[in-house]
Amino acid sequence: MNMPRMLSAMASAAAMLLAAPASAQAPVKIGFIAELSGPQAVLGQDQYDGFMLLVERNGGKLGGVPVQVLKEDSQLKPEVAVQLVAKLIEKERVSIISGVTFSNVMMAIHKPVTDAKVFLVGSLAGPSPIAGAQCSPYQFITSFQLDAAAEAHGRYANERGFKKVFLLGANYQAGKDFLGGFKRTFKGQVADEVYTAMNAPDFSAELTQVAAAKPDAVFAFYPGALGINFVRQYNQAGLMKTTPLLTQGAVDGSTLPALKEAALGAYNGAPWGPDIDNPSNKKFVEEFERKYNRIPTLFAAQSYDAAQLIDSALAKTKGNVDNKDALRAALKAADFASVRGKFKFANNQFPIQDYFIQQVATDAKGRVNLKTVATPLKDFTDDYAAKCAMK
Amino acid sequence: MSLSFLFVQLLNGVQFGMLLFLLSAGLTLVLGIMNFVNLMHGSLYMVGAYAAVAAFEKTSSFVAAGAIAVSATVLVGLVVERLVLRRLYRREHLAQVLATLGMIMIFNELVRFVWGASAQSMDVPAAFSQPILLLGLPYPSYRFVVIGVGALVGIGLYILIHRTRLGILIRAAAADPAMTANMGVNVRLLNSTVIGLGAALAALAGLMAAPLSSVQSGMGEPILIMTLVVIVTGGIGSVRGAFFGALIVGVIDTLGRTLLPTLLRELLDRSLAQAIGPAISSMLIYLVMAAVLVVRPQGLFPVKHG
Repeated sequence: MNMPRMLSAMASAAAMLLAAPASAQAPVKIGFIAELSGPQAVLGQDQYDGFMLLVERNGGKLGGVPVQVLKEDSQLKPEVAVQLVAKLIEKERVSIISGVTFSNVMMAIHKPVTDAKVFLVGSLAGPSPIAGAQCSPYQFITSFQLDAAAEAHGRYANERGFKKVFLLGANYQAGKDFLGGFKRTFKGQVADEVYTAMNAPDFSAELTQVAAAKPDAVFAFYPGALGINFVRQYNQAGLMKTTPLLTQGAVDGSTLPALKEAALGAYNGAPWGPDIDNPSNKKFVEEFERKYNRIPTLFAAQSYDAAQLIDSALAKTKGNVDNKDALRAALKAADFASVRGKFKFANNQFPIQDYFIQQVATDAKGRVNLKTVATPLKDFTDDYAAKCAMK
Repeated sequence: MSLSFLFVQLLNGVQFGMLLFLLSAGLTLVLGIMNFVNLMHGSLYMVGAYAAVAAFEKTSSFVAAGAIAVSATVLVGLVVERLVLRRLYRREHLAQVLATLGMIMIFNELVRFVWGASAQSMDVPAAFSQPILLLGLPYPSYRFVVIGVGALVGIGLYILIHRTRLGILIRAAAADPAMTANMGVNVRLLNSTVIGLGAALAALAGLMAAPLSSVQSGMGEPILIMTLVVIVTGGIGSVRGAFFGALIVGVIDTLGRTLLPTLLRELLDRSLAQAIGPAISSMLIYLVMAAVLVVRPQGLFPVKHG
C-alpha cells in the first residue's frame, strides 16, 4: 500500500474511533403511521403536524432524550399498514408507534403491534372492539371512542328541548353506529332515519324530505367530503336558518376551510375545541397557527397530546424504553398538561374526558371557527370500557 | 306524501338528470363515434370544477369563471388526446380502459399536487343564493339554473347535430365510421373536435356542480359510473339517448331514494325495511339498466346504423 492510501486509511479509522463515543445515546425510535395520500391526507397531515410541533419545539427530543420519528403512509390500505408496521418493528426496532388515522387500519395493526410488545399510542382511530374485549395493555388512545360523541349530541338535543329530530347518515357501519349512539341518549321522537349511499354527491331528495317533515332539529353523520356537500346543500335549501343542524365529522377543522360561511350555525361534537381556556391549549393553538398558518384541528390536538404523553413517559423513565413495565406505568400515569385541561385514562386506556358541543361562528380574528357552547358529557368513560378485562 | 312533495322531488330528479346529461352527451359521442372507452371523462369534469373554483377566486364572476374553466378543460382534453388517446384508437377496448384508468389516477394525483388534499369550495352566485318557496317547500334557486343550463345545452346540441354541417358529420360518423372516413372526411379532425366538445360539456358540468358539492381529488369517479349507466340505458352514440336516459336515471334515482324506503316500511317490518331500503334504492338505476339491456340491448333511443 502506498503512503497516501495508508494515511487516508489511518485517518478514516481514527475518525470512526473518535466518532463512536459521540453517539452515546441512540435516539428513541418512534414509528408514525397515518394516511398521508389521497383525500384523507388532510387528517394524517394534521396528526403529523401536531405531533412534530412538540418534537421540533424541544429540538428533536421528547422527555429530554433525542427521538427519531419515522413517518409512514398507510394509504388507507390495511394490508399496506401491516407491512409497514412489520418493517418498523423488525427492521427499525421502534419502541412506540403513534398516529393511526382510520379504524380499519387500526384493527389490522393492533394485534401485530401489541403482540410484539410495542406501545401503540393511537391519536385518532378508536374503534369499539379495542375499547372493549380486544383491549391490550400496550395500547394508549388519546382520541376518543366514536359512540361517545354521538351520545353527547343526544344529551345536547335533550337539553335544548328538541322533541322531533330527523336522522341522516352515510350507509356504512360507522354511520349506523353513530345514529344508534344518538338514539340511545335522545329522549324525543325520531322523525325519520335515512341512510344515503356512501358516494352520493347530491342530497336534494333527502333535504326535501327534511323540509317536508319539519323537525325541531337534524342530526347528520357525514365525514369529510360528504359532510362538505351536505352542509353546503343544507345551507342552500334555506334549512340552516330554520332547523338547527347537529353534525359529526362534517364541520371540523378539516372541512371549515372549504365550507367557510356556509357552515355558520351548524353544531359539532368533540372532546376538544380551539377555544378551551387553559395555558397548554392557548400555547398549542398559538404556536400551531404561527408555524403552519392554519387553525389546528381536533386531529392535530389529539396527536399533540399523544406527543406530550410520550414526552411525559420518557421523562419518567429517563429515556429507557427497554423496561416495558416501567414505560407502561409511566404512560398510564398520563402526567402531562393536556390541551383538554384534565386528562386521565380509563381501564381500557382510552381517555376519561368531557365532550363539548361546538357551534360554527366567526372568532375574534374574523375567521370561521368553532365555538364551544355546551358540555353535555363530563368525565365520561365510554360504554365499552366495561367489556375490557384490564383494571 | 303530498303532491307538492312529489313535485319537488321530481324537480330534484330533473336537476340531477341535467347534470348527468352534460356529462353523458360528451361521453356517448366519444364512445359512439370513435368506439373509444374514455374513462377519463370524469377527470375532465374534475379539472373543469377545479378550474372553475380557481377562476372564480380570481375574477369573482361566475360567467367569467365558466368561460375560463371550459377553455382550460378543452385545452387539457385536446392535449391529452394528442399525446395519449390518439395512440389508442385502433387498440382493443381493454387497452383503452387500462390507459384511461391510468390517466384517472394521474389526474387525481396532479390536482392533489397542485391544490392539496383538502376540498375546494365555490359559492353559489349571489343572485341565486336564497331559496325560493315552491308549493310551500324551500327549494334552492341555484338548482333552477342547473335545469335551465341543461335545457339550453340540450337545445344547442340538437341544433348542432341536426342543423349544421358538423352535426351531419357527427351523425354520419356515429352511424358508420368506416364509410365516413372513406367519403373523404378528415376523421382525425373530427375525433379531436368530438373530444373537445366532450371536454367542454364535462367542464360545464363541473362548473355547475362546483357550488353544490365539494371539489376534490377523485370527484369524477362516482359520477362517471352514473354517466356510463345513462349512456348504456339511452343508447351509445345518441345524444337524444343521453338526454332522455339522463332524465330517466336522475328521476328514478331521486324518487327511488325517497319513495322506496317508505314503500318498504309499509310492506315489511321496520328494522328489515331500514336495513334493505337504502341498499335497494341505490341499486335501482342499475336494475333499470339491466332491464333495458334485456329488453332493448341497443338502448332506449339508439342511433340507427347502416
